[in-house]
Amino acid sequence: MAENIYKPYLMKIGSIVEETPDVRTFRLIFKNPEDAEKFSFKAGQFGEYSVFGEGESTFCIASSPTRKEYIECTFRKAGRVTNALANLEVGDTVGFRGPYGNTFPIEQWEGKNLLYIAGGIALPPMRCVIWNTIDLRHKYKDITIVYGARTVGDLVYKQELKEWSERPDIKMITTVDPGGQTPDWKGETGFVPMVLEKAAPSSENCIAILCGPPVMIKFTMPVLKKLGFQDKDIYTTLENRMKCGFGKCGRCNVGKVFVCKDGPVFSYEQILSLPEEY
Amino acid sequence: METIRKLIRKQSLEKLYNNLAANRKVYAPVIAADKKAEYKYNPGFADVTFDHIRSTLSVKNIVFPKVENLFFYENSKTESTITDIDLDKIPEVVLWGAHPCDNAAFDTLRSIFCWDTKDEFFSRRLEKLTVIGLGCHSSDEYCFCTSVGLSPSSSRGSDILLTKLQTGDYQAEILTAKGNEIVSSFPDLFEPLTDEKVDITEVKQKFSHKQVTEKLAGAFEHEFWIANSLRCIGCGACAYVCPTCACFDIQDETKGKNGKRYRSWDSCGFGLFTLHTSGHNPRHVQSQRWRQRIMHKFSYMPDRNESLGCVGCGRCSSGCPVDMNIAEQLEALQNI
Repeated sequence: MAENIYKPYLMKIGSIVEETPDVRTFRLIFKNPEDAEKFSFKAGQFGEYSVFGEGESTFCIASSPTRKEYIECTFRKAGRVTNALANLEVGDTVGFRGPYGNTFPIEQWEGKNLLYIAGGIALPPMRCVIWNTIDLRHKYKDITIVYGARTVGDLVYKQELKEWSERPDIKMITTVDPGGQTPDWKGETGFVPMVLEKAAPSSENCIAILCGPPVMIKFTMPVLKKLGFQDKDIYTTLENRMKCGFGKCGRCNVGKVFVCKDGPVFSYEQILSLPEEY
Repeated sequence: METIRKLIRKQSLEKLYNNLAANRKVYAPVIAADKKAEYKYNPGFADVTFDHIRSTLSVKNIVFPKVENLFFYENSKTESTITDIDLDKIPEVVLWGAHPCDNAAFDTLRSIFCWDTKDEFFSRRLEKLTVIGLGCHSSDEYCFCTSVGLSPSSSRGSDILLTKLQTGDYQAEILTAKGNEIVSSFPDLFEPLTDEKVDITEVKQKFSHKQVTEKLAGAFEHEFWIANSLRCIGCGACAYVCPTCACFDIQDETKGKNGKRYRSWDSCGFGLFTLHTSGHNPRHVQSQRWRQRIMHKFSYMPDRNESLGCVGCGRCSSGCPVDMNIAEQLEALQNI
């Protein structure tokens, strides 16, 4: 039987974390142990998740490739498929195709300081690479994570934020937008770019990884430039609507670049060479 | 293999066709009620046309059906199971009497479906296809094959290419092993070719595709796109009639517990094509979508797929409800 590249793996939902009222994290376990055996991926890659009858939706694999028994994904209830996914329960079946796309070049980053900057629901695409580099902690120098959301309620991965902030080998800065704090909020209050500017991490031997809504990226870039970061040392991920995931269905391209094949990870230097089609 | 030229008499064509149609699917052009050409499976030989210029739809559906099931599923409360499509059941098809532009398009489609990841749905269908092409002895103002590196007598994509001779008989160029197999099966129908003149139409070159590709490299932000797409209504007809357009959608359809996931033709001309769930759309106006269509075919594909995304059949122009003529536009684009 020839390989059907459109056929998903069948996955069982192992656990569900309600990150915020409309954001869920699923732990997915391969129903067929042989599939689990064969499956591997790298940080930054994504997949097509499906509810049979509703269709497929594209998002990253949010767990680390160093954790082999499962994959995790985090999604916000937004469209038809993500709403259907959100209605599922532990033990239910979902489809998964992947992994697709390129990866964060973490081997090239060895021996460097890492600065992760994320906003809102953009932490999930970064969580994979954060855990990947934490699990290989000895290979990297300082790791700093700056994460912000609109309100305390919008922060995802609260358990991990706590875990990261308690680790002596990670500098964790968490912030919420002004007005988004609760009375017992102990983190920063302010927009990500301002908080970053205040923290002023050194750009010396440092790679910045930036994921967030366009407005956050727009105001964070000048701060990174001011701190001395070069375009080639700043990484981000792009998202475009996708169907196939392997460069055939024709909709995710930015100019001649396929987000699904050449991305989703791009250096800022590459982004600057692309037409504005994302 | 080396091309072999033979002669097939007009009356032998009918025997060849009937022999082929007796035990396999033969997809051949007929004149439909609206006087336009369309392809049908196993029409009677008397209905098969040898004189059409272009059919309304291309013949790409043989290898890339309008709607193609990818698999079937069954849902229970918590379980879902998947049943595969049996690709071994794809039948052998002989495409009869299709013109060089349409036949060349199979190569173009292969460059999309088989670059990097190989699409078995497409490639199995292509493996099962034998093409008996027909060189063009007539053309019209919409034809522009000679502008995209082809001609009314191009043999690309054909296993056998028939060309009308001035005597009314046909020259048969045997181009591939598949073509040779047919000829060997019916040796009595083919005779040695004596030096006879072919009846081939002339198609005037309107632009240079190489020059267009060069020009496009720096034309992304050019005002050309807005000025030339103001009348586009985004109907997508150009993509549906195009022999090389391969963009598709993937959808599910369920009835009770059972359903199927299928892919279907789609068009970059539709606003929904690239619309994000958030409401953001990277190509939010029609000029950006028109630009994508031209860029994809004449700039991105030569670069990424080593293949031009156009065969010059003229269907997008002849079928456009607002008379957007791609050849005229590319001629103009060459000189911006």
